[in-house]
Amino acid sequence: MSKEKVIEVKGLGASYDELVVLSDVNFSAYKGDITVVLGASGSGKSTVLNHLLGLYPVNKGFVSILGKDISNITEKEQLSLYLQMGVFYQSGALLNSMTVGENVALPLKQHSNLPDSLVEEIVYMKLGLVNMQHAYHYFPSELSGGMLKRAALARAIVMDPPLLFCDEPGAGLDPISLASLDELIINLQKKLGISVLMVTHEVTSIMRIADRIVYLENGVVAFEGSLKNALESNVESVKHFFSVIDEADRFK
Amino acid sequence: MENNNSKERYIALEKDFIYRFQDNTLFLSRSLLLPQTIWFTKKIPKELKSFKVKNIILNLDELQDIDSAGVMALFHLKDKLRKSGISARIEGGSQSILEKIELFSPGQLPYHETPLKPGFLERTGNAVSHFFTDFVFGFITLAADVFYWSVSDIFRSRSRRKGEIANQAVLIGVNASLIVIFLSFVIGLVIALQSSGQLRTFGANIYIVDLTVIAMMSQMGPLITAILVAGRSGSSIAAEIATMKVTAELNALKTMGLNPIRFVVVPKLYACLITMPFLIIFANVSGILGGGVAAYIYLDITPEIFINRMGTVMQNKDLITGFVKSQVYASLIVLTGSFFGFRVVRGAEGVGKVTTTAVVVAISLVILADSILGLLFY
Repeated sequence: MSKEKVIEVKGLGASYDELVVLSDVNFSAYKGDITVVLGASGSGKSTVLNHLLGLYPVNKGFVSILGKDISNITEKEQLSLYLQMGVFYQSGALLNSMTVGENVALPLKQHSNLPDSLVEEIVYMKLGLVNMQHAYHYFPSELSGGMLKRAALARAIVMDPPLLFCDEPGAGLDPISLASLDELIINLQKKLGISVLMVTHEVTSIMRIADRIVYLENGVVAFEGSLKNALESNVESVKHFFSVIDEADRFK
Repeated sequence: MENNNSKERYIALEKDFIYRFQDNTLFLSRSLLLPQTIWFTKKIPKELKSFKVKNIILNLDELQDIDSAGVMALFHLKDKLRKSGISARIEGGSQSILEKIELFSPGQLPYHETPLKPGFLERTGNAVSHFFTDFVFGFITLAADVFYWSVSDIFRSRSRRKGEIANQAVLIGVNASLIVIFLSFVIGLVIALQSSGQLRTFGANIYIVDLTVIAMMSQMGPLITAILVAGRSGSSIAAEIATMKVTAELNALKTMGLNPIRFVVVPKLYACLITMPFLIIFANVSGILGGGVAAYIYLDITPEIFINRMGTVMQNKDLITGFVKSQVYASLIVLTGSFFGFRVVRGAEGVGKVTTTAVVVAISLVILADSILGLLFY
């Protein structure tokens, strides 16, 4: 039986004035999978992500998230869709005027009527999942880059979303923190059945966590398939991307 | 009591959502997700307490789905019951439910102890000590640094950024000239207008010239100019430096071997020191002009009479006072803007805060300096 599609993109196009960034993007992400979107700088990864997140309007093509066509969506529907999505931004994007605990509690407090004591316990637990309980009362400006990312991940998963978007989560992390972050994402995927769409360049991370690969090149999808197929792909750019691993092996 | 508990009882969570309670066991059913958690935490503890039992089992065999909020609600319930003298334990549950409980289990949470709030005296003491060590000492240190670099920069014209002083002079001085001229004219006009009635009563019409000229030259001209420049440029200096700090540009300057004070603050100080006297002259002239217009309209003092009288009222001392004030105010505005800009913490929010503080402090310092200088040059 084929898996349920959580994201479906058909013929997505986008341009900034004269510059065409996406010409015809087609791909799907499936329930329970970790789908990694790859591509060189300027290939349109961020533009695709911003369309999926509803930050850019879909003017050309069709985009469906969790079965909802977002090219034709009301504000109310978009809001209810946001409650089912967690977004993990590259910079963390925590609100600087609030402590880490308040940042993580924000979606829960705004979208539920749970008593404060229970919200606090949930926030502690979620921070515990990312080993950040000690930073509950810290402000984002007092955290290191890696800590910021972990706190941002805690905020992204605080509502137990079925779909998690990650924008370059590994950027700026040391290999050990990156490995523990990957492990955490795999844990969430396996135990909670969360589907993940991730934009990343970290080859080691991709090898560890990716189920499916979507390779963007010049505004179109040059490759879409499983990680195994990607490693054996004949597409020149994909081959070149993964050749980095072979080069690294040579130094061993 | 035990016999009582063997009979079936029901707790309605919400419509069509009912939990069964039998033999000291609460059978949780269907799903315990965020929407149900709200009712669960409100109703269940109250109902269970009303059953008056000492031991309760929370059975999860019939539970189909649970999320993190649900797991926490279970532990929250256990804790709440324990505080009421009822011991509760969780049993049963499918593999996936148990996995989620394990994943979201709170364990031993290292709860942060809220520090004791300091008393009034401690807070006052801390505030005074903080004011002197952080603000006064910090401001004096920055002033010394700026003074050192601004003096030493005079002799190092080669390494100075070409055109930066002119650029800053345009931003701080030239762009402010129109608003300074306009507002000074209006204030001169209003001062003369308000006084004309009183002077006419005493037949002292001619003294409108003395009043306008002295008021504008020794007080209002420099003060209006300084307040406007503090509002316009003091805020922009603070915001610019704060943004540079937040975006690590200041660190970049340092690691390139450039002194941020010399590179960023000194050109602004030069520009402000150079343009401020001109702005004050513009303010004085337009303020007196405004007074002249009011004198002509309301007291029939012709421009010839006004100018003749002006010659006798004006003193060289006023010009010197104006110049000294311009230099003091310019230094205070640039120093305050830079001081608060360098103190920024916490990103975008911090930039807004230091900008506001810089303007308020700069204007306060200018008014304070005006009173001191007013006494000195009286």
